Amino acid sequence: MKMEYHLSLPIGSKQIKELHVGDIVFLTGEIFTARDEAHHKMLHLDPRSMPFSPLKMGLFHCGPLVKKIDKGWEVVSAGPTTSSRMEIFEDKFIEKFHISIIIGKGGMGEKTAKALQKYTCIYTSYTGGAGALAADRIDEVKNVYWLDELGMPEAVWILNVKEFGPLIVSMDSHGNSLYKQQKN
Amino acid sequence: MDSEKIEEGIVSLIRKAETDLPIDVIDALRKAAKIEVGVAKVQMETILKNIDLAKESNRPMCQDTGIQTFFVTIGTAYPYISELKEWITNGVKRATKEIPLRPNTVNPLTNENHKDNTGDHIPYITWEFTQSENVTITALPKGGGSENMSKLGMLKPGVGIDGVKDFVVDEMIKAGGNPCPPTVVGVGIGGGADLSLKLGKMALLRPVGIHHKDKSIAAIEEELIKRINESGIGPMGLGGKTTVLDVHVSTAHRHPASLPVGISVQCWADRRAQMVLYPDRSWEVK
Repeated sequence: MKMEYHLSLPIGSKQIKELHVGDIVFLTGEIFTARDEAHHKMLHLDPRSMPFSPLKMGLFHCGPLVKKIDKGWEVVSAGPTTSSRMEIFEDKFIEKFHISIIIGKGGMGEKTAKALQKYTCIYTSYTGGAGALAADRIDEVKNVYWLDELGMPEAVWILNVKEFGPLIVSMDSHGNSLYKQQKN
Repeated sequence: MDSEKIEEGIVSLIRKAETDLPIDVIDALRKAAKIEVGVAKVQMETILKNIDLAKESNRPMCQDTGIQTFFVTIGTAYPYISELKEWITNGVKRATKEIPLRPNTVNPLTNENHKDNTGDHIPYITWEFTQSENVTITALPKGGGSENMSKLGMLKPGVGIDGVKDFVVDEMIKAGGNPCPPTVVGVGIGGGADLSLKLGKMALLRPVGIHHKDKSIAAIEEELIKRINESGIGPMGLGGKTTVLDVHVSTAHRHPASLPVGISVQCWADRRAQMVLYPDRSWEVK
C-alpha cells in the first residue's frame, strides 16, 4: 500500500524506516544543495572547519538558478540534477554527515544502496526538469557557501522548503529500489 | 539602437524557448500522462504542472537552462549577414541577466566561468544558406543531463540496419532515468563520426509526432519508439509506459567501411523556439 507523507526535517531513523519504495513524501524544513564539487570539498574538509552543520538537513542534488535581489537571493528554478554522478562518493558522504534523506533524480548505484541500509537513509526522486515548480516551494534562501569558489550551480545553497514534492521514495533503507525492480 | 532592438529579439527568442514548450511537445506529454498510472502518472502530472507554472510566471522551466545552441538559416539577400553573430552573442549575454539563465559555460581546463553563457565556440551556432531575404534562427537550449547520454557508435557495416536499431535501443536502456525521460531521441545514421552526431542533433528540430518523409525511415522510427518504450524505463526512470515521446532518424551516405550512428538525446523539456529577421531590421518570434 503506497502512502503519502508530509514530513518535517529533521527526520528520525524510526520515521525513515517506515518509508518504503513507491511512497510519496512532501518535505518541509532545511535542505542543502550539493553537486560533484561540493561533495568533493565537504568530504575533504576537517569537520571543525565546516561553515555549517548539515546534520539535520536534507541533501538535494541540485545546481539551482538563483537571482540576486535586494535582501539576498531568490531561487528562480531548482530541479534535481543527475544523482549517479555522485555515486563515487555518496556512501562516504552519508556516513560523514549522517544524511537521512537525499533528493535527486535518476537513481544511484549499489554502494549508495548499501549505505542507505547501513546508516538508515532514503533516496527520493523529484521530477527532473520541474525547476519552476520546485522554486515555488522554496520559501527562502537561508545562506550560500563557496559561491565565489565553486560558482552558482556547484555552490552549497541552504534552502528553506515548504511541502517540497512530490518526492517518490525510490531507494529505501530496506534495500529496495524502484530502479532495480524495473530493470529485472 | 537598431542593433539593440534585434538583440532584444534574441532575448525574446531565448525566453520563449526557456519558458514555453512547443505545442507538439505539450500534446505528447499530455497524451503520455493519460496512459500512465501510479508513480509514472505522478511524474507526468508534475511535469505538466511545472510547464504551466513556468509559462505563467515567465521563468525557465528547468534550472539547467542549457548551452545556448542556435541553428541559423541565412537568406543570401539579407543585408546584415555580417552582424548576425554579434547580435546572437550579445543577446545571449543579455538573456543571462534579464531572464535570467544559469551561468553554464565553463572553461574545460581552468573551470573559469564568464557568467554570461558565452565562451570559446559558445553560443554554438550552425549556419546554413538559402535563397531568401530573411533569416530564420532556431534556438535549442541543450541541457547537460540529456547531452551526457549522447552516444557515437562506429559500427561494423556488416551488422546492417538491425545492428543500428539494437545499438540505439541498448544505449537508451542503459541511459535509464538519467536523461529525464520521456525523451526525444535524434539518430544520425551514416556520414562520418561528426556528421552522424550532428544529424542526430539536427533531427531534434523536427516537431514531435512528425515522422521522416521516407516511409522506410519512418518505419525504423516507429520500431525504435515501440522497442524503447517496451523497456519499461518510463518517466524519470521510475517505471512506466513512456520512455520516449519520439525518435527522429536522419541519414547521410557513408564510407563503405564505416557505419556511424550518432545519438542525441533531448529531455522531456524539448525546448525549441524560432524567430525570423526581416530585411527592414524588424523581427518576429514564433
